[in-house]
Amino acid sequence: MSTSTLASVQSRQLQELPKQRTLLGDAARRFARNKLAILGLAMVSVLLLTAIFADFIAPYPYDAANPAKALQFPSREHWMGTDEVGRDVYSRIIYGTRISLTVGIGVMAMALLIGIPLGLLAGLAGGAVDYFIMRLVEVFTAVPALMLALLLLSVFGGGLFNVILALGVVAWLDACRLLRAQLLSLRERDFVLAARMLGATNTRIAVRHLLPNAMAPLIVAATIGIPTAIFAEAGLSFLGLGINDPIPSWGKMVGNALSYMRVYWHLGVFPTLAIAITMLGFTFFGDGLRDAFDASMNR
Amino acid sequence: MARYLFGRLMGVLVVFFIVSVVIFLLMHAIPGGPYNEDKVPLSAEAKANYMRKYGLDRPLVEQYLLYMGHALRGDFGVPFQSPTETVSGLIARTWPVSASIGGLALLVALPLGLLLGTLAAARQNTWVDYLTSATATLGITVPNFVVAVWLVLLFAVQLKWLPTGGWGQWQHYVMPVAALALAPMALTARYTRTSILEVSRSDYVRTARAKGLSDRQIMVRHVLRNAMIPLLTILAPQIPNLITGTIFIESIFRVPGLGKFFVTSILARDYPMIMALMLLVAVVWSLVYLVTDILYTVVDPRVRLEKSRT
Repeated sequence: MSTSTLASVQSRQLQELPKQRTLLGDAARRFARNKLAILGLAMVSVLLLTAIFADFIAPYPYDAANPAKALQFPSREHWMGTDEVGRDVYSRIIYGTRISLTVGIGVMAMALLIGIPLGLLAGLAGGAVDYFIMRLVEVFTAVPALMLALLLLSVFGGGLFNVILALGVVAWLDACRLLRAQLLSLRERDFVLAARMLGATNTRIAVRHLLPNAMAPLIVAATIGIPTAIFAEAGLSFLGLGINDPIPSWGKMVGNALSYMRVYWHLGVFPTLAIAITMLGFTFFGDGLRDAFDASMNR
Repeated sequence: MARYLFGRLMGVLVVFFIVSVVIFLLMHAIPGGPYNEDKVPLSAEAKANYMRKYGLDRPLVEQYLLYMGHALRGDFGVPFQSPTETVSGLIARTWPVSASIGGLALLVALPLGLLLGTLAAARQNTWVDYLTSATATLGITVPNFVVAVWLVLLFAVQLKWLPTGGWGQWQHYVMPVAALALAPMALTARYTRTSILEVSRSDYVRTARAKGLSDRQIMVRHVLRNAMIPLLTILAPQIPNLITGTIFIESIFRVPGLGKFFVTSILARDYPMIMALMLLVAVVWSLVYLVTDILYTVVDPRVRLEKSRT
């Protein structure tokens, strides 16, 4: 087949394509068809709005203690009752959304910020650099994450920022490992060989061909990491080493409730429901994203 | 194989060494010490005596070398929070409790998960499948301490079927084991289902069917065996978590296990105990990973160990 006919066949094929279909477009379509994913998106949106507009939604300030009204059961005035120092549980749960989402998104950002450069280095440089980074990953895997976070928080003190740092220190492992594995497998694909034969430099191949192909699974993995971080924050605060009083954290509300909830059930029920609903929302959303991207990559 | 094992063990030792240094430095960086006034009312002389007794007055490098020297000979020191026993004694006393509820949880979770997963796969897209999948999603997503609180509120407070706390009788095991078992059970069910459906579509299952094997034979000899492989990867990380004690479950149900020491040791600046717990967890993790990798070659002859090291 001569070059001119090949070109004409190609141009005809191009014209016959009704519309260019992109990876993102395909993924969005698939996402929209997935009911659970849409439910997740809706839950995440409601949570985000709650966090942003907490000041307008919450009927009371989160730290307004009133010992005269301590340990009241849910009523018209206090929808979810009051806690052991008389603070409105409903308001504290509304404000707690802020803490949970900030930690979830903050840790995810940190995971990507550390994981992407290290994963790139390991996957592209190879050799001694790769060996060193992978051993570093191994060391961090061997330390129990929760205990490392506890140690770090004891050294640097609690609080929102330090909780994000303490959890982010180990959160990048998955992103780094995943990116490296992706790069190693993508490197061997035909389109990289084609680019190399066309004379593309190593940098160009990395930036234009490897990274974009590795990004989708990376972002999906990071999204799936959000509920893990939210759970970890709740756990740390539950143990009393995370968010400091009077800032409301759902985990700490559960931890404090342990000594009261056998009588005052509302102190146990509502914060745990908030944690469960948030975890479910982000998990549905993350799983939906994963399925949307996975399917388009398997085609 | 021998060469592979040797290489792996050397790698594990290097990791241990680095972990021990990092933890040692971190725990000494925590402000305050084990004999500060806010913890124990001691005179300055008595405090200095304790510090000298446990070598806390020496430079950090020397302290580290001393500790590791003793640890290598099996002497892990005395826990500051319980000075009448040794660290080894304390762990020997409390670990079996944690390991027993963790082990029981695994014993409950694995068969139940396999059963549910197989059922869901066999009845794909029926209500059995949907119900199992929904339970699995809940079990994987909802944190175990949340489940534990719900269990207490429902079975101990509302229905009064089970005691709210305490230890010693079989009733005390029910809720902690249930709360711990839910997540691994859900994971097992979900992956068994996916994996069975995937394997069922493979060529060798079609071949087996074509040559006239019964459904039962195909399920046992071809499908289940191959479906187990991904399950190994999923379940292996659950094991160390379960048998080294879970802080949350043990504190909610007041189980006298190892779990609480992960927190109290740090609060009490109990250096020997912190080191011992960290190393214990690191050892269990490394062992589990090593055994998993070896098991792979048993269930899947295509896997060769020398190549699996990436």
